[in-house]
Amino acid sequence: MIPFCIQPGSFALSLATWGLPFDASAHGPAVDHHLLLNLWIILGLAALAHLILLVGLVARRRAEATSWRVEYLPLAALTILFAFLTIRAERLWAATRYTGADPAALQVQVVGEQFAWYFRYPGTDYTFGITRPQLVDAGAGNPLGIDPADGHGADDIVTSELVLPTNRQVDLRINSLDVIHGFSVPEMRLKQNAVPGMTIHVHFTPKVPGTYAILCTQVCGMGHYRMNANLRVLPPEEFAAWLAAKQKSVQP
Amino acid sequence: MSSSKNSAPRHYLFSTDHRVIGVQYLVLALVSVTIGTLLSLLMRIHLVWPDRIVPFHGPILPEDYLALVTIHGTIMLFFVLTTAPQSGFGNLILPSQIGARRMAFPVANAVSFWLTAAALVILLSSTFVPGGSAISGWTAYPPFSAIASAGPGQGAGMDLWLASIAVFAVAGTISAINTLVTIIKLRCEGMTWDRIPLTVWGWFTAALLSIIAFSVLLAALLLLFCDRHAGTSFFVPTGDLINGVIHAASHPGNGSPLLWLHLFWFFGHPEVYIAILPGLGLTSMLLANFSRRRVFAYRMMIVTTLLIGFLGILLWGHHMFVAGLNPYAASAFAVSTMAIAIPASAKVLSWLVTVWRSRPHYTTAMLFSLGFVSLFITGGLTGPVLAQPILDEYLHNTFFVVAHFHLIMAMAGIFGLFAATYYWFPLMTGRLMSESLGRLHFWTTILGAYATFLPMHLTGLMGEPRHYAQLIGVPNAAGHLLAGTLPLNRFITWSAIFLATAQLLFFANLIHSLRYGKPAPPNPWQATTLEWHPALHPNAPAEASEERIVVYRQPCEYLATAGEELILPQWSTEAIPNIKPE
Ligand SMILES: [Cu+2]
Ligand SMILES: [Cu+2]
Repeated sequence: MIPFCIQPGSFALSLATWGLPFDASAHGPAVDHHLLLNLWIILGLAALAHLILLVGLVARRRAEATSWRVEYLPLAALTILFAFLTIRAERLWAATRYTGADPAALQVQVVGEQFAWYFRYPGTDYTFGITRPQLVDAGAGNPLGIDPADGHGADDIVTSELVLPTNRQVDLRINSLDVIHGFSVPEMRLKQNAVPGMTIHVHFTPKVPGTYAILCTQVCGMGHYRMNANLRVLPPEEFAAWLAAKQKSVQP
Repeated sequence: MSSSKNSAPRHYLFSTDHRVIGVQYLVLALVSVTIGTLLSLLMRIHLVWPDRIVPFHGPILPEDYLALVTIHGTIMLFFVLTTAPQSGFGNLILPSQIGARRMAFPVANAVSFWLTAAALVILLSSTFVPGGSAISGWTAYPPFSAIASAGPGQGAGMDLWLASIAVFAVAGTISAINTLVTIIKLRCEGMTWDRIPLTVWGWFTAALLSIIAFSVLLAALLLLFCDRHAGTSFFVPTGDLINGVIHAASHPGNGSPLLWLHLFWFFGHPEVYIAILPGLGLTSMLLANFSRRRVFAYRMMIVTTLLIGFLGILLWGHHMFVAGLNPYAASAFAVSTMAIAIPASAKVLSWLVTVWRSRPHYTTAMLFSLGFVSLFITGGLTGPVLAQPILDEYLHNTFFVVAHFHLIMAMAGIFGLFAATYYWFPLMTGRLMSESLGRLHFWTTILGAYATFLPMHLTGLMGEPRHYAQLIGVPNAAGHLLAGTLPLNRFITWSAIFLATAQLLFFANLIHSLRYGKPAPPNPWQATTLEWHPALHPNAPAEASEERIVVYRQPCEYLATAGEELILPQWSTEAIPNIKPE
């Protein structure tokens, strides 16, 4: 796929995406833009430092008498540069992580387990049923241990691929049954560890329909490299149809 | 060394002579680096040709790959990058550089070496226990590391890993106390704090960090050991379900894996500076010495060394941006991490000014110091990128990070060690290493280093995660994403093979020069620091041990007169009217 919508004004940056995968999320282009800005700046600094080193090595010898300005002025400039990058990065970080998801966001639970990802939708009652580790039994079709005694769980949908509509915010609640896993969707510029004993919320908005990779990025055992799943992003109507079909299968 | 006394093996094995112990540490590091490098080659080869069969072993299974990752990381970080610069060259050179004739605690010194050796043996022995070595990487995150059934190697292999690192932590602490006391108490007359060579400042700061960091690591290891065997649950949450078993009986409490991350990285990040600080100091000294210049902004370099150490213990959280850390805390750690770029930049500026238009003497030691500067710049500049949580969210645990720390820590660290070896070899052996072989070694190594680690930035940007046993044969959309990195990965593997092969030049030089090297003059590099003082020289006559050592000036002072260079060693009494102290 070819990136077609990069933030206006960043044409020069978009000329080289340095092998970044396709960006299909709403917040991603701003992140890419900031990342590429960073990479160009450090490339420039590295080139400049090496140039100074080489020129200094080959240039004619000169008696020493060096002013303190040689150290403090570049240092001040670098400090301002790093401060500028920090503030820019913090604004993006705050926008994605400081506040929770929109109340209207689609709720999905993500559960990591050696070596699979499971996704749970709350169903028609918009409420997740209680789960108990004692009840986990993948063979019997209950990989997350949903308690049948809790009415909210009866309509919950559990899948092994994450299916989402475009242009709607998603609120993921991420956790793990066993060890720490790394929930990562490179094409959504999203990464968050799944930690047992914790539920961690992240939110994002998929923009472009397509099938994307979900990886595990925290070493979690011998199956780590093949612990992955597909994220399928659908136009809203197709998503509604998919959800309705799934609903039917859990509630005859 | 030790030209006097008897030469029985006992003397060398259980010596309390700091020079013998230094050599012992270096031999241990050399063995470790050889093992660690061979393991990394196995990993690289497996990554791009996963079907190759390893002789005497068979195919590399996913758990074998993770064991390779774990042992490679542990051995390189602890037994090479911590041991060689700090304990190896620290013992060999540090006492003489401050005008002392011994370390403060010779017996403790020997004990700490033998503990380190024991730790290495324990680590390597984990290969042979049922399940093999631990497979959770050198960071050993629980609950994966807390529960034996979480994977092969997480039983006895993990216990041995914990034992090895615990023994190492004890040894490192003893060694650090020894270093600190030596520097504080045994300096010779006139060796004031602002006249101490920057190398010694590197060792001093690294020793301070060791004491702080290793004690926390030791505590964390003990807590994890209790979780594994004593029914505690510091790091295991309630109802943890591993391999179909709920570990409520063995871990009745409600612990948090994040506690381990905090404790571990409180140690783990300073550890990186422990590895690099002596190299930073040595580079400053060598650049100045071979340029026949004073170190630019000498006092500032002392301050930046201490600042790097101080900030180094405040920024562990940048390893945890996506670990479940509070996003506000992530911001605080982002700022403290960005802050360390400032003293680091000050160091680079000082180096650039020191060599600027100086026409240095291009000895092999100087070349490796310049290589250190280059790698420190290229590897260091990706640090601020990874310090920004929003960017780390994409780059965390990808090969971009692997590229970053291999350039700055592994490669710059090793370049510091090479510079030290070429520089101090004459002092230790009385012979010079071959300069032509040395130059060839330098150019092939820097080419190999860049060819291996620069492209890893790109595979990281493409999304290649760390710790993946293979990139071929992965199902789903992920397989497509990973397959895209294969051509670059093949190139990286060939480069790594080239880089490793180039090190044969070093071994050849080492072995050849030990026997046939040109006899070295007493001060072959025209150095100004005390280890080249005639009375502190390892093969100084016995009566020299009574001579009083007095220091009159900072290191690296030269008088560049027309045509001739006048070297003013720290012990020189010559007056210099036109150089004012900084
Ligand atoms: Cu996983
Ligand atoms: Cu994993």
